[in-house]
Amino acid sequence: MNPALSIKQFLNDMRRQKLRTMLTMFGIFWGTCAIVLLFAFGKGMTEAQLKSQKGLGENIGIFWPGITSREYKGLASGRRIRPSEDDVLLIKSKATTLARISPEYSRWNVPMKYGKNTTIRNVVGVWPEFSQMRNLIPDYGSRFLNETDMAAKRRVVFIGNRLKDDLFGDEEAVGETVLINGVPFTVIGVMKTKRQDSSYNGRDARKAFIPSSTFKTMYSRRYLNDFVAQCKPELTMEIARQEIFEILGAKYRFDPTDEEALAVWDITKGFAFLKTFFLAFRMFLLGIGIATLITGGIGVSNIMNVVLEERTKEIGIKMALGARKSHILTQFVFETLLITGVGGIFGFLFAYTVVSVFPMFNLEDYVGIPTVDIWGGVGVVLLLGIVGLVAGVFPARRAANLQPVQALKLF
Amino acid sequence: MQSIMKLRQVRKAYTTGTVTFEALRGINLMVNRGEFIAVVGPSGSGKSTLMNIMGCLDIPTSGEYRFENQLVNSLSPNQLADIRNRKVGFVFQAFNLLPYATTYENVEIPLLFAKVSGRKRKQRITELLARLGLADKAANKPTELSGGEMQRVAIARALANEPDVILADEPTGNLDSASGAEIVNIFRELWQSGKTVIVISHDVSIAEHAERIVRLKDGLIETNGDLSREQPASGTDNQSLS
Ligand SMILES: Nc1ncnc2c1ncn2[C@@H]1O[C@H](COP(=O)(O)OP(=O)(O)OP(=O)(O)O)[C@@H](O)[C@H]1O
Ligand SMILES: [Mg+2]
Repeated sequence: MNPALSIKQFLNDMRRQKLRTMLTMFGIFWGTCAIVLLFAFGKGMTEAQLKSQKGLGENIGIFWPGITSREYKGLASGRRIRPSEDDVLLIKSKATTLARISPEYSRWNVPMKYGKNTTIRNVVGVWPEFSQMRNLIPDYGSRFLNETDMAAKRRVVFIGNRLKDDLFGDEEAVGETVLINGVPFTVIGVMKTKRQDSSYNGRDARKAFIPSSTFKTMYSRRYLNDFVAQCKPELTMEIARQEIFEILGAKYRFDPTDEEALAVWDITKGFAFLKTFFLAFRMFLLGIGIATLITGGIGVSNIMNVVLEERTKEIGIKMALGARKSHILTQFVFETLLITGVGGIFGFLFAYTVVSVFPMFNLEDYVGIPTVDIWGGVGVVLLLGIVGLVAGVFPARRAANLQPVQALKLF
Repeated sequence: MQSIMKLRQVRKAYTTGTVTFEALRGINLMVNRGEFIAVVGPSGSGKSTLMNIMGCLDIPTSGEYRFENQLVNSLSPNQLADIRNRKVGFVFQAFNLLPYATTYENVEIPLLFAKVSGRKRKQRITELLARLGLADKAANKPTELSGGEMQRVAIARALANEPDVILADEPTGNLDSASGAEIVNIFRELWQSGKTVIVISHDVSIAEHAERIVRLKDGLIETNGDLSREQPASGTDNQSLS
């Protein structure tokens, strides 16, 4: 059919049904807008959550001393299992499931001093691997602890960004000397600001990190506070945990299946939960959006039925002039797609604008940055197409199946 | 002479609820190429029903209808649509123009369904509008035209794909006598140019121009013959027609 004539006819119908068309288009507009926005914000929030989860580290587990809960090979239950740095070395040499591991000594309420500024913070002694595992990224112009620091038991320190602010304010910290428990340490690095919403022993931003060898000498410690292990990316932390329990179980003679021999925080579990939670959340939002769109679709279908009633005579005329069923069908479907299309495009553009100007409100910390992804867009377009087709096809088929005489008789 | 339409024992029954009404009760009719036929008869006698069947707008309940030797009963909806598009041109009492379309666009519709190219469409429409004295009304919408003009647009539209047959159901019924006469004249010219013309009419002047008059009564053909054979009954005719 002639597109110009089709559009003319469409506009003519729309004029006659102004309010109804506007409401219907608004329904589609709103449905599209809702889906796109819900998706964009859902995604932004999920990503913000995952990112701050990752602030603690990815694929890691934290192991604290524990107490056995079962008898094993003649040994009573209730024994304390306290790993030492040697045990971590043993695990490192034996384990096949791990990517990295590091011991962690920790000391609270340590006085620190730079010039006139003093503060009391947490000092931890770790290996260089700790940096990658726990996402302690050195800021520009600084570095983390390295193997030489370890071997030479250097008095060097890597400080969290907040601690840096407390001691140095706006001044440069790298290369300066701070007193930790009265002992001079050279600052070699400052942590880059990161989002971290879970922690043990406080936030990394306020900690001071020194080589484990230096820590051990300074505070003459035998046992670790904990150690941190990271599994290989293709494996799960649960498998790595089992291997660690087997290695230490053989050494300290506890049952490797005794889950209380060491206290473990497998952070990937929380991660998995969070992912599932947000997936469910997004599905819920999607459901709302789809329901809105379907309501809009019913509106379109309804308006097309009215158009059909009004146009029965015209369909008859066209049939008398030689229109085939397919001509009538395409015209109706075309009109429906036009209504849904226009509503959909405006809905999408509106949502896109909202998402684009959103960063201006600085609400990132609360809801993350909403983003519209290509697949979301493609999905919405497909969905709209389906809604449009379903809404248009039924009235269209009714129109096309009219007998020419029936249609003509109705005037 | 060669026949173009052949009806044998054609019946048409309408069922409304439980009541079945036979509008046509066994019509036998042969239409030759190039004939000018007037269909007359009292209201409700089945004239429009017969016309719709002959124009493939409707199909008989039983009996045989052949259009150019094709058995219409057995054609698919698309084949019927194509016959309506190319082989017959319809003219209605109520004009049946599309209200939002201009004269030009109304005449264009059958050409669009026939997939005629843009250039040819333009040429054909210009030619038709000139022939029907509508050249200066091409951009007008139906509401801006007089009754006679609207009916001329409808005739131009019926002629768009150069059909062999023109079917008209009371084409002058909504017109004053002057415009009516004009339309009658057009039909006469069409017939003279070789078209087969079948007109339903209460209008005596059309019947006067026709070669043959088919008179229906209660769904049956009462008389079927040329004017000379009609003459003896013309007195009663004029009463019923006026
Ligand atoms: N769709 C229909 N359903 C039921 N009955 C119908 C239908 N169409 C026509 N009829 C009946 O069939 C009969 C013939 O109708 P038709 O329209 O052919 O008459 P007509 O001769 O054209 O009359 P008029 O001169 O008034 O136009 C009428 O009695 C009419 O009531
Ligand atoms: Mg009639």
